[in-house]
Amino acid sequence: MKPAPFDYVRPRTLDEAVQALAGRPEAKVLAGGQSLVPLLSMRLAAPSLLVDINALPDLDHVRVDETGVRIGALARHARVLADPEVRRVQPLVSLALANVAHPTIRNRGTTVGSLVHADAAAEMPMVLRLLEGSVDVAGPSGRRTIEAADLYVGPLESSLHHDEIAVEAFFPTLPARTGVAFEEISRRHGDYAMCGVAALVTLDGGGAVSRVRAGYLSASDVPAVVDLTEPLAGGITPASLEQAAAVALTQLDPETDIHATAAYRAHLVEVLTARVVTAAYQNASEHTHQSTQE
Amino acid sequence: MSTEQLHRIRLQVNGVAHEVEVPARRLLSDALRHDLGLTGTHVGCEHGVCGACTILVDGTPMRSCLMFAVSAADSELTTVEGLANADGTLGPVQQAFRECHGLQCGFCTPGFLTTITAGIKENPSPSEDEAREMIAGNLCRCTGYQNIVKAVCRAAELAATHSGEADQ
Ligand SMILES: Cc1cc2nc3c(=O)[nH]c(=O)nc-3n(C[C@H](O)[C@H](O)[C@H](O)COP(=O)(O)OP(=O)(O)OC[C@H]3O[C@@H](n4cnc5c(N)ncnc54)[C@H](O)[C@@H]3O)c2cc1C
Ligand code: FES
Ligand code: FES
Repeated sequence: MKPAPFDYVRPRTLDEAVQALAGRPEAKVLAGGQSLVPLLSMRLAAPSLLVDINALPDLDHVRVDETGVRIGALARHARVLADPEVRRVQPLVSLALANVAHPTIRNRGTTVGSLVHADAAAEMPMVLRLLEGSVDVAGPSGRRTIEAADLYVGPLESSLHHDEIAVEAFFPTLPARTGVAFEEISRRHGDYAMCGVAALVTLDGGGAVSRVRAGYLSASDVPAVVDLTEPLAGGITPASLEQAAAVALTQLDPETDIHATAAYRAHLVEVLTARVVTAAYQNASEHTHQSTQE
Repeated sequence: MSTEQLHRIRLQVNGVAHEVEVPARRLLSDALRHDLGLTGTHVGCEHGVCGACTILVDGTPMRSCLMFAVSAADSELTTVEGLANADGTLGPVQQAFRECHGLQCGFCTPGFLTTITAGIKENPSPSEDEAREMIAGNLCRCTGYQNIVKAVCRAAELAATHSGEADQ
Protein backbone atom coordinates (compact mmCIF):
# COMPACT_ATOMS: atom_id res chain seq x y z
CA MET A 1 0.00 0.00 0.00
CA LYS A 2 1.00 3.63 -0.37
CA PRO A 3 0.72 6.42 2.20
CA ALA A 4 -2.48 8.48 2.27
CA PRO A 5 -2.07 12.08 1.04
CA PHE A 6 -0.55 14.64 3.40
CA ASP A 7 0.72 18.20 3.27
CA TYR A 8 4.48 18.57 3.47
CA VAL A 9 6.81 21.30 4.65
CA ARG A 10 10.58 21.32 4.97
CA PRO A 11 11.37 24.29 7.20
CA ARG A 12 14.85 25.83 7.37
CA THR A 13 14.66 27.04 10.99
CA LEU A 14 13.53 25.46 14.24
CA ASP A 15 11.08 28.33 14.87
CA GLU A 16 9.39 27.74 11.52
CA ALA A 17 9.17 24.01 12.26
CA VAL A 18 7.56 24.63 15.65
CA GLN A 19 5.13 27.12 14.08
CA ALA A 20 4.18 24.61 11.39
CA LEU A 21 3.15 22.13 14.08
CA ALA A 22 1.17 24.69 16.08
CA GLY A 23 -2.57 24.19 15.91
CA ARG A 24 -2.20 20.96 13.86
CA PRO A 25 -2.62 18.09 16.34
CA GLU A 26 -2.71 15.60 13.45
CA ALA A 27 0.67 16.74 12.13
CA LYS A 28 3.80 14.59 12.52
CA VAL A 29 7.52 15.30 12.56
CA LEU A 30 9.52 13.42 9.89
CA ALA A 31 13.10 12.66 10.96
CA GLY A 32 14.82 9.57 9.49
CA GLY A 33 11.46 8.06 8.54
CA GLN A 34 12.68 4.54 9.37
CA SER A 35 9.74 3.98 11.71
CA LEU A 36 7.28 6.55 10.40
CA VAL A 37 7.34 5.74 6.67
CA PRO A 38 6.45 2.04 7.18
CA LEU A 39 3.55 3.14 9.41
CA LEU A 40 2.36 5.51 6.68
CA SER A 41 2.78 2.93 3.90
CA MET A 42 0.80 0.38 5.91
CA ARG A 43 -1.74 3.13 6.66
CA LEU A 44 -1.40 2.57 10.38
CA ALA A 45 -0.94 6.35 10.56
CA ALA A 46 -2.36 9.06 8.32
CA PRO A 47 -1.17 12.49 9.51
CA SER A 48 -2.51 15.48 7.57
CA LEU A 49 0.87 17.24 7.60
CA LEU A 50 4.49 16.11 7.73
CA VAL A 51 7.05 18.57 9.05
CA ASP A 52 10.35 17.32 7.62
CA ILE A 53 13.12 18.41 10.02
CA ASN A 54 16.00 17.13 7.84
CA ALA A 55 16.87 20.61 6.53
CA LEU A 56 17.12 22.21 9.99
CA PRO A 57 20.62 23.54 10.69
CA ASP A 58 22.88 22.58 13.62
CA LEU A 59 20.99 19.53 14.83
CA ASP A 60 23.30 16.76 13.64
CA HIS A 61 25.84 17.12 16.44
CA VAL A 62 27.30 14.48 18.73
CA ARG A 63 29.01 16.25 21.65
CA VAL A 64 30.93 14.42 24.31
CA ASP A 65 32.40 15.73 27.55
CA GLU A 66 33.10 14.17 30.93
CA THR A 67 29.45 14.60 32.01
CA GLY A 68 28.09 12.51 29.15
CA VAL A 69 26.96 12.40 25.54
CA ARG A 70 24.67 14.91 23.83
CA ILE A 71 23.07 13.77 20.56
CA GLY A 72 21.31 16.19 18.22
CA ALA A 73 17.98 15.31 16.59
CA LEU A 74 19.53 14.80 13.15
CA ALA A 75 22.48 12.65 14.22
CA ARG A 76 21.96 9.29 12.52
CA HIS A 77 22.43 6.07 14.49
CA ALA A 78 25.44 5.18 12.29
CA ARG A 79 27.23 8.42 13.09
CA VAL A 80 26.73 8.02 16.86
CA LEU A 81 27.84 4.38 16.73
CA ALA A 82 31.03 5.27 14.83
CA ASP A 83 32.11 7.90 17.38
CA PRO A 84 34.95 6.53 19.57
CA GLU A 85 34.42 9.29 22.16
CA VAL A 86 30.83 8.14 22.69
CA ARG A 87 32.08 4.61 23.31
CA ARG A 88 34.63 5.88 25.82
CA VAL A 89 32.31 8.10 27.84
CA GLN A 90 29.12 6.04 27.67
CA PRO A 91 29.86 2.52 26.38
CA LEU A 92 26.27 1.36 26.81
CA VAL A 93 25.10 3.73 24.05
CA SER A 94 27.47 2.09 21.57
CA LEU A 95 26.78 -1.47 22.79
CA ALA A 96 23.06 -0.97 22.31
CA LEU A 97 23.26 0.96 19.01
CA ALA A 98 25.15 -1.91 17.39
CA ASN A 99 21.94 -3.92 17.86
CA VAL A 100 19.59 -1.32 16.35
CA ALA A 101 18.47 -2.66 12.95
CA HIS A 102 20.94 -3.04 10.05
CA PRO A 103 23.63 -0.58 8.98
CA THR A 104 21.51 0.67 6.07
CA ILE A 105 18.64 1.56 8.43
CA ARG A 106 21.14 3.13 10.84
CA ASN A 107 22.44 5.34 8.02
CA ARG A 108 19.11 7.17 7.92
CA GLY A 109 17.34 6.60 11.27
CA THR A 110 18.08 9.04 14.07
CA THR A 111 18.81 8.13 17.68
CA VAL A 112 16.58 10.92 18.96
CA GLY A 113 13.77 9.76 16.65
CA SER A 114 14.05 6.30 18.13
CA LEU A 115 13.87 7.75 21.67
CA VAL A 116 10.66 9.69 21.06
CA HIS A 117 9.10 6.91 18.97
CA ALA A 118 8.96 5.17 22.37
CA ASP A 119 8.90 1.58 21.18
CA ALA A 120 9.24 -0.90 24.07
CA ALA A 121 11.03 -3.25 21.63
CA ALA A 122 13.66 -0.61 20.77
CA GLU A 123 17.07 -0.49 22.40
CA MET A 124 17.66 3.22 22.95
CA PRO A 125 14.54 4.20 24.97
CA MET A 126 15.39 1.47 27.48
CA VAL A 127 19.02 2.61 27.60
CA LEU A 128 17.99 6.26 28.16
CA ARG A 129 15.80 5.17 31.08
CA LEU A 130 18.45 2.91 32.58
CA LEU A 131 21.09 5.67 32.41
CA GLU A 132 18.60 8.26 33.73
CA GLY A 133 19.16 10.55 30.77
CA SER A 134 16.86 13.18 29.32
CA VAL A 135 15.53 14.71 26.12
CA ASP A 136 15.38 18.45 25.38
CA VAL A 137 12.36 19.56 23.39
CA ALA A 138 11.48 22.86 21.70
CA GLY A 139 7.88 24.06 21.57
CA PRO A 140 5.81 27.23 21.23
CA SER A 141 6.71 28.30 24.79
CA GLY A 142 10.44 27.58 24.47
CA ARG A 143 12.66 24.70 25.47
CA ARG A 144 12.18 22.20 28.29
CA THR A 145 13.97 19.10 29.49
CA ILE A 146 12.06 15.86 29.95
CA GLU A 147 13.71 13.35 32.26
CA ALA A 148 13.71 9.78 30.93
CA ALA A 149 11.60 8.69 33.90
CA ASP A 150 8.82 11.01 32.66
CA LEU A 151 9.21 10.38 28.93
CA TYR A 152 7.43 7.05 28.41
CA VAL A 153 3.74 7.08 29.21
CA GLY A 154 2.34 4.15 27.23
CA PRO A 155 2.87 1.83 24.26
CA LEU A 156 4.51 3.93 21.49
CA GLU A 157 3.57 7.01 23.48
CA SER A 158 5.93 9.68 24.78
CA SER A 159 5.10 12.71 26.89
CA LEU A 160 6.07 15.16 24.11
CA HIS A 161 3.24 17.52 23.18
CA HIS A 162 2.08 17.38 19.57
CA ASP A 163 3.69 20.75 18.82
CA GLU A 164 7.06 19.95 20.38
CA ILE A 165 10.22 18.87 18.56
CA ALA A 166 12.90 16.85 20.33
CA VAL A 167 16.18 18.66 19.69
CA GLU A 168 18.74 16.81 21.79
CA ALA A 169 19.16 13.74 23.95
CA PHE A 170 21.53 13.50 26.90
CA PHE A 171 23.06 10.21 28.06
CA PRO A 172 25.04 10.82 31.29
CA THR A 173 28.38 9.10 31.80
CA LEU A 174 28.75 6.17 34.19
CA PRO A 175 29.10 6.75 37.94
CA ALA A 176 32.44 5.69 39.48
CA ARG A 177 33.13 1.94 39.90
CA THR A 178 30.25 1.07 37.58
CA GLY A 179 30.17 -1.56 34.86
CA VAL A 180 27.72 -2.12 31.99
CA ALA A 181 26.69 -4.93 29.71
CA PHE A 182 24.05 -5.50 27.05
CA GLU A 183 22.71 -8.56 25.27
CA GLU A 184 19.64 -9.32 23.24
CA ILE A 185 18.20 -12.32 21.44
CA SER A 186 16.48 -11.96 18.10
CA ARG A 187 15.37 -14.39 15.41
CA ARG A 188 17.71 -12.80 12.87
CA HIS A 189 20.61 -10.43 13.39
CA GLY A 190 19.30 -6.87 12.96
CA ASP A 191 15.68 -7.66 13.73
CA TYR A 192 13.85 -6.26 16.72
CA ALA A 193 14.78 -8.51 19.65
CA MET A 194 12.43 -10.97 21.35
CA CYS A 195 14.06 -9.86 24.58
CA GLY A 196 17.02 -7.72 25.51
CA VAL A 197 18.67 -6.73 28.79
CA ALA A 198 21.14 -4.05 29.80
CA ALA A 199 22.60 -3.83 33.30
CA LEU A 200 24.47 -1.31 35.42
CA VAL A 201 26.39 -2.65 38.40
CA THR A 202 28.05 -0.26 40.88
CA LEU A 203 30.57 -1.48 43.45
CA ASP A 204 31.58 0.12 46.73
CA GLY A 205 35.19 0.98 47.61
CA GLY A 206 35.77 -2.57 48.86
CA GLY A 207 34.54 -4.15 45.64
CA ALA A 208 31.17 -5.30 47.00
CA VAL A 209 27.95 -4.76 45.05
CA SER A 210 26.27 -1.51 46.07
CA ARG A 211 23.72 -0.93 43.32
CA VAL A 212 22.30 -3.01 40.45
CA ARG A 213 19.72 -1.88 37.91
CA ALA A 214 18.63 -3.61 34.73
CA GLY A 215 16.68 -2.41 31.68
CA TYR A 216 14.45 -4.71 29.66
CA LEU A 217 13.20 -4.44 26.09
CA SER A 218 10.28 -6.37 24.60
CA ALA A 219 9.35 -7.54 28.10
CA SER A 220 6.52 -5.07 28.81
CA ASP A 221 4.61 -2.46 26.83
CA VAL A 222 6.90 0.42 27.83
CA PRO A 223 10.71 0.52 28.17
CA ALA A 224 11.26 -0.99 31.62
CA VAL A 225 13.91 -0.58 34.32
CA VAL A 226 14.05 -2.71 37.47
CA ASP A 227 16.17 -2.17 40.59
CA LEU A 228 17.88 -5.45 41.47
CA THR A 229 20.08 -4.19 44.31
CA GLU A 230 18.25 -6.04 47.05
CA PRO A 231 18.50 -9.62 45.75
CA LEU A 232 22.13 -9.06 44.65
CA ALA A 233 23.55 -6.96 47.51
CA GLY A 234 24.95 -10.08 49.19
CA GLY A 235 26.94 -11.02 46.08
CA ILE A 236 26.52 -12.38 42.56
CA THR A 237 25.80 -16.10 42.86
CA PRO A 238 23.65 -18.47 40.80
CA ALA A 239 21.03 -18.36 43.55
CA SER A 240 21.00 -14.56 43.88
CA LEU A 241 20.82 -14.18 40.08
CA GLU A 242 17.84 -16.51 39.97
CA GLN A 243 16.27 -14.44 42.73
CA ALA A 244 17.00 -11.23 40.78
CA ALA A 245 15.32 -12.56 37.63
CA ALA A 246 12.27 -13.49 39.70
CA VAL A 247 12.15 -9.95 41.10
CA ALA A 248 12.45 -8.55 37.57
CA LEU A 249 9.59 -10.71 36.31
CA THR A 250 7.25 -9.39 39.02
CA GLN A 251 7.68 -5.94 37.43
CA LEU A 252 7.56 -7.01 33.76
CA ASP A 253 4.72 -8.25 31.63
CA PRO A 254 6.04 -10.22 28.64
CA GLU A 255 3.42 -10.86 25.97
CA THR A 256 2.85 -13.41 23.25
CA ASP A 257 3.17 -12.35 19.61
CA ILE A 258 4.19 -14.00 16.34
CA HIS A 259 7.87 -13.87 17.31
CA ALA A 260 7.73 -15.50 20.76
CA THR A 261 5.34 -16.70 23.45
CA ALA A 262 5.08 -14.91 26.79
CA ALA A 263 6.57 -17.99 28.51
CA TYR A 264 9.59 -18.01 26.17
CA ARG A 265 10.13 -14.29 26.74
CA ALA A 266 9.99 -14.86 30.51
CA HIS A 267 12.60 -17.59 30.07
CA LEU A 268 14.79 -15.14 28.12
CA VAL A 269 14.42 -12.60 30.94
CA GLU A 270 15.81 -15.21 33.35
CA VAL A 271 18.69 -16.28 31.13
CA LEU A 272 19.68 -12.77 30.05
CA THR A 273 19.38 -11.26 33.54
CA ALA A 274 21.93 -13.76 34.85
CA ARG A 275 24.29 -13.34 31.89
CA VAL A 276 24.14 -9.58 31.62
CA VAL A 277 24.34 -8.81 35.34
CA THR A 278 27.35 -11.13 35.60
CA ALA A 279 29.03 -9.40 32.65
CA ALA A 280 28.31 -5.92 34.07
CA TYR A 281 29.71 -7.01 37.43
CA GLN A 282 32.92 -8.22 35.75
CA ASN A 283 33.10 -4.97 33.79
CA ALA A 284 32.74 -2.99 37.04
CA SER A 285 35.43 -5.09 38.75
CA GLU A 286 37.84 -4.40 35.87
CA HIS A 287 37.19 -0.64 36.11
CA THR A 288 37.65 -0.66 39.87
CA HIS A 289 40.82 -2.68 39.57
CA GLN A 290 42.21 -0.33 36.92
CA SER A 291 41.42 2.82 38.87
CA THR A 292 43.09 1.49 42.04
CA GLN A 293 46.19 0.65 39.99
CA GLU A 294 46.39 4.11 38.46
CA MET B 1 -11.39 15.06 -8.40
CA SER B 2 -8.20 14.92 -6.45
CA THR B 3 -6.75 18.23 -5.41
CA GLU B 4 -3.56 16.77 -4.03
CA GLN B 5 -0.79 19.34 -4.13
CA LEU B 6 2.16 18.61 -6.39
CA HIS B 7 5.75 19.58 -5.62
CA ARG B 8 8.15 20.45 -8.41
CA ILE B 9 11.52 19.02 -7.41
CA ARG B 10 14.91 18.33 -8.92
CA LEU B 11 16.28 14.84 -8.45
CA GLN B 12 19.98 14.35 -9.11
CA VAL B 13 20.36 10.70 -10.16
CA ASN B 14 23.59 9.11 -11.45
CA GLY B 15 24.94 12.56 -12.27
CA VAL B 16 21.88 13.67 -14.27
CA ALA B 17 19.38 16.26 -12.99
CA HIS B 18 15.69 15.48 -13.52
CA GLU B 19 12.74 17.83 -12.91
CA VAL B 20 9.64 16.02 -11.69
CA GLU B 21 6.29 16.98 -10.24
CA VAL B 22 5.23 14.65 -7.46
CA PRO B 23 2.80 14.55 -4.55
CA ALA B 24 4.54 14.64 -1.15
CA ARG B 25 3.61 11.03 -0.50
CA ARG B 26 5.53 9.73 -3.53
CA LEU B 27 8.07 7.24 -2.20
CA LEU B 28 11.54 7.81 -3.58
CA SER B 29 11.52 4.23 -4.92
CA ASP B 30 8.35 4.99 -6.90
CA ALA B 31 9.67 8.32 -8.15
CA LEU B 32 12.76 6.56 -9.53
CA ARG B 33 10.77 3.77 -11.14
CA HIS B 34 7.58 5.48 -12.27
CA ASP B 35 8.47 9.13 -12.75
CA LEU B 36 12.01 8.64 -14.07
CA GLY B 37 11.62 5.17 -15.60
CA LEU B 38 14.70 3.90 -13.74
CA THR B 39 13.28 0.47 -13.04
CA GLY B 40 16.60 -1.03 -11.96
CA THR B 41 15.70 -0.18 -8.35
CA HIS B 42 13.40 -2.98 -7.18
CA VAL B 43 10.66 -2.90 -4.59
CA GLY B 44 10.06 -6.01 -2.51
CA CYS B 45 8.53 -5.36 0.89
CA GLU B 46 8.11 -1.59 0.90
CA HIS B 47 8.76 -1.39 4.62
CA GLY B 48 12.50 -1.46 4.97
CA VAL B 49 13.08 -5.17 5.56
CA CYS B 50 14.23 -6.73 2.27
CA GLY B 51 16.81 -4.24 0.98
CA ALA B 52 15.91 -4.62 -2.72
CA CYS B 53 15.26 -0.87 -3.01
CA THR B 54 18.62 0.20 -1.51
CA ILE B 55 20.24 3.12 -3.35
CA LEU B 56 23.13 5.41 -2.47
CA VAL B 57 22.20 8.80 -1.06
CA ASP B 58 25.29 11.01 -1.15
CA GLY B 59 27.26 7.77 -1.34
CA THR B 60 25.59 6.12 1.67
CA PRO B 61 23.24 3.14 1.30
CA MET B 62 19.63 3.91 2.26
CA ARG B 63 16.23 2.36 1.65
CA SER B 64 14.51 4.29 -1.14
CA CYS B 65 11.15 2.84 0.00
CA LEU B 66 11.59 4.62 3.35
CA MET B 67 12.21 8.07 1.90
CA PHE B 68 9.92 10.49 0.14
CA ALA B 69 11.07 11.93 -3.17
CA VAL B 70 10.48 15.46 -1.83
CA SER B 71 13.03 14.79 0.94
CA ALA B 72 15.70 13.70 -1.55
CA ALA B 73 15.84 16.89 -3.58
CA ASP B 74 19.05 18.13 -1.92
CA SER B 75 20.93 14.85 -2.40
CA GLU B 76 23.08 13.11 -5.00
CA LEU B 77 21.46 9.71 -5.73
CA THR B 78 23.09 6.62 -7.23
CA THR B 79 20.99 3.70 -8.45
CA VAL B 80 22.07 0.40 -9.95
CA GLU B 81 21.97 2.10 -13.38
CA GLY B 82 24.84 4.28 -12.18
CA LEU B 83 27.22 1.47 -11.20
CA ALA B 84 28.66 0.60 -14.62
CA ASN B 85 32.09 1.94 -15.62
CA ALA B 86 32.17 5.16 -17.66
CA ASP B 87 32.77 3.13 -20.85
CA GLY B 88 29.64 1.07 -20.27
CA THR B 89 31.42 -2.10 -19.13
CA LEU B 90 30.37 -3.74 -15.87
CA GLY B 91 31.55 -2.03 -12.70
CA PRO B 92 33.64 -4.10 -10.24
CA VAL B 93 30.70 -5.27 -8.10
CA GLN B 94 28.64 -6.17 -11.16
CA GLN B 95 31.59 -8.04 -12.69
CA ALA B 96 32.15 -9.92 -9.43
CA PHE B 97 28.49 -11.01 -9.30
CA ARG B 98 28.80 -12.30 -12.84
CA GLU B 99 32.02 -14.20 -12.14
CA CYS B 100 30.84 -15.68 -8.84
CA HIS B 101 27.29 -16.50 -9.99
CA GLY B 102 26.01 -14.12 -7.31
CA LEU B 103 22.47 -13.98 -8.67
CA GLN B 104 19.74 -16.25 -9.87
CA CYS B 105 16.40 -14.49 -10.47
CA GLY B 106 18.10 -11.12 -9.94
CA PHE B 107 15.29 -9.49 -8.02
CA CYS B 108 17.41 -8.71 -4.97
CA THR B 109 20.53 -7.88 -6.97
CA PRO B 110 20.24 -4.08 -7.37
CA GLY B 111 20.06 -3.67 -3.59
CA PHE B 112 23.08 -5.92 -3.07
CA LEU B 113 25.11 -4.11 -5.74
CA THR B 114 24.53 -0.66 -4.26
CA THR B 115 25.11 -1.85 -0.69
CA ILE B 116 28.36 -3.61 -1.61
CA THR B 117 29.58 -0.68 -3.73
CA ALA B 118 29.48 1.52 -0.63
CA GLY B 119 30.63 -1.31 1.64
CA ILE B 120 33.92 -1.99 -0.14
CA LYS B 121 34.64 1.71 -0.31
CA GLU B 122 34.42 1.82 3.49
CA ASN B 123 36.27 -1.49 3.93
CA PRO B 124 38.41 -2.20 0.84
CA SER B 125 39.49 -5.69 1.94
CA PRO B 126 36.66 -7.36 3.84
CA SER B 127 37.12 -10.75 5.49
CA GLU B 128 34.43 -13.34 4.85
CA ASP B 129 32.77 -12.45 8.18
CA GLU B 130 32.83 -8.77 7.31
CA ALA B 131 31.37 -9.58 3.90
CA ARG B 132 28.49 -11.38 5.61
CA GLU B 133 27.96 -8.45 7.96
CA MET B 134 28.00 -6.05 4.98
CA ILE B 135 25.05 -7.82 3.32
CA ALA B 136 23.16 -8.82 6.46
CA GLY B 137 20.42 -6.26 5.80
CA ASN B 138 19.57 -7.61 2.31
CA LEU B 139 17.38 -10.64 1.64
CA CYS B 140 17.84 -13.07 -1.24
CA ARG B 141 15.40 -15.91 -1.74
CA CYS B 142 17.39 -17.77 -4.40
CA THR B 143 21.12 -18.00 -3.89
CA GLY B 144 21.62 -19.04 -0.27
CA TYR B 145 24.10 -16.12 0.00
CA GLN B 146 27.30 -18.20 -0.40
CA ASN B 147 28.06 -16.85 -3.84
CA ILE B 148 27.12 -13.33 -2.83
CA VAL B 149 29.67 -13.49 -0.01
CA LYS B 150 32.27 -14.66 -2.55
CA ALA B 151 31.24 -11.83 -4.84
CA VAL B 152 31.85 -9.26 -2.09
CA CYS B 153 35.44 -10.45 -1.69
CA ARG B 154 35.97 -10.66 -5.46
CA ALA B 155 34.49 -7.17 -5.95
CA ALA B 156 36.96 -5.80 -3.42
CA GLU B 157 39.83 -7.38 -5.41
CA LEU B 158 38.53 -6.03 -8.70
CA ALA B 159 37.99 -2.56 -7.26
CA ALA B 160 41.55 -2.55 -5.86
CA THR B 161 43.07 -3.49 -9.25
CA HIS B 162 40.80 -1.03 -10.99
CA SER B 163 41.83 1.90 -8.81
CA GLY B 164 45.46 0.71 -8.98
CA GLU B 165 45.30 0.93 -12.78
CA ALA B 166 43.62 4.32 -12.62
CA ASP B 167 46.43 5.62 -10.41
CA GLN B 168 49.13 4.65 -12.92
C1 LIG C 1 13.83 -3.05 8.94
C2 LIG C 1 13.92 -2.19 10.16
C3 LIG C 1 14.44 -2.72 11.32
C4 LIG C 1 14.54 -1.94 12.46
N1 LIG C 1 15.05 -2.52 13.58
C5 LIG C 1 15.17 -1.78 14.70
C6 LIG C 1 15.70 -2.35 15.90
O1 LIG C 1 16.13 -3.50 15.94
N2 LIG C 1 15.75 -1.54 17.00
C7 LIG C 1 15.31 -0.24 16.98
O2 LIG C 1 15.39 0.43 17.99
N3 LIG C 1 14.81 0.30 15.88
C8 LIG C 1 14.73 -0.42 14.74
N4 LIG C 1 14.21 0.17 13.62
C9 LIG C 1 13.71 1.58 13.70
C10 LIG C 1 14.84 2.61 13.56
O3 LIG C 1 15.71 2.55 14.65
C11 LIG C 1 14.32 4.05 13.45
O4 LIG C 1 15.38 4.79 12.97
C12 LIG C 1 13.91 4.76 14.71
O5 LIG C 1 12.99 3.99 15.41
C13 LIG C 1 13.18 6.08 14.43
O6 LIG C 1 14.06 7.08 14.04
P1 LIG C 1 13.74 7.95 12.75
O7 LIG C 1 14.69 9.08 12.76
O8 LIG C 1 13.75 7.08 11.57
O9 LIG C 1 12.28 8.53 13.08
P2 LIG C 1 10.98 8.69 12.18
O10 LIG C 1 10.61 7.40 11.57
O11 LIG C 1 11.14 9.85 11.28
O12 LIG C 1 9.94 9.07 13.31
C14 LIG C 1 9.46 8.14 14.26
C15 LIG C 1 8.44 8.83 15.16
O13 LIG C 1 9.09 9.77 16.01
C16 LIG C 1 8.65 11.11 15.74
N5 LIG C 1 9.86 11.94 15.73
C17 LIG C 1 11.06 11.62 15.15
N6 LIG C 1 11.97 12.58 15.42
C18 LIG C 1 11.34 13.52 16.17
C19 LIG C 1 11.77 14.74 16.79
N7 LIG C 1 13.03 15.17 16.67
N8 LIG C 1 10.86 15.44 17.51
C20 LIG C 1 9.59 14.99 17.65
N9 LIG C 1 9.13 13.85 17.10
C21 LIG C 1 10.00 13.11 16.38
C22 LIG C 1 7.95 11.04 14.40
O14 LIG C 1 6.94 12.02 14.30
C23 LIG C 1 7.39 9.64 14.41
O15 LIG C 1 6.20 9.59 15.13
C24 LIG C 1 14.10 -0.59 12.45
C25 LIG C 1 13.58 -0.05 11.29
C26 LIG C 1 13.47 -0.83 10.15
C27 LIG C 1 12.88 -0.23 8.91
S1 FES D 1 11.42 -2.55 -0.76
FE1 FES D 1 12.59 -1.22 0.44
S2 FES D 1 13.46 -2.56 1.86
FE2 FES D 1 12.09 -3.89 0.83
S1 FES E 1 18.65 -13.87 -6.86
FE1 FES E 1 16.55 -14.22 -6.60
S2 FES E 1 16.14 -13.13 -4.76
FE2 FES E 1 18.26 -13.02 -4.90
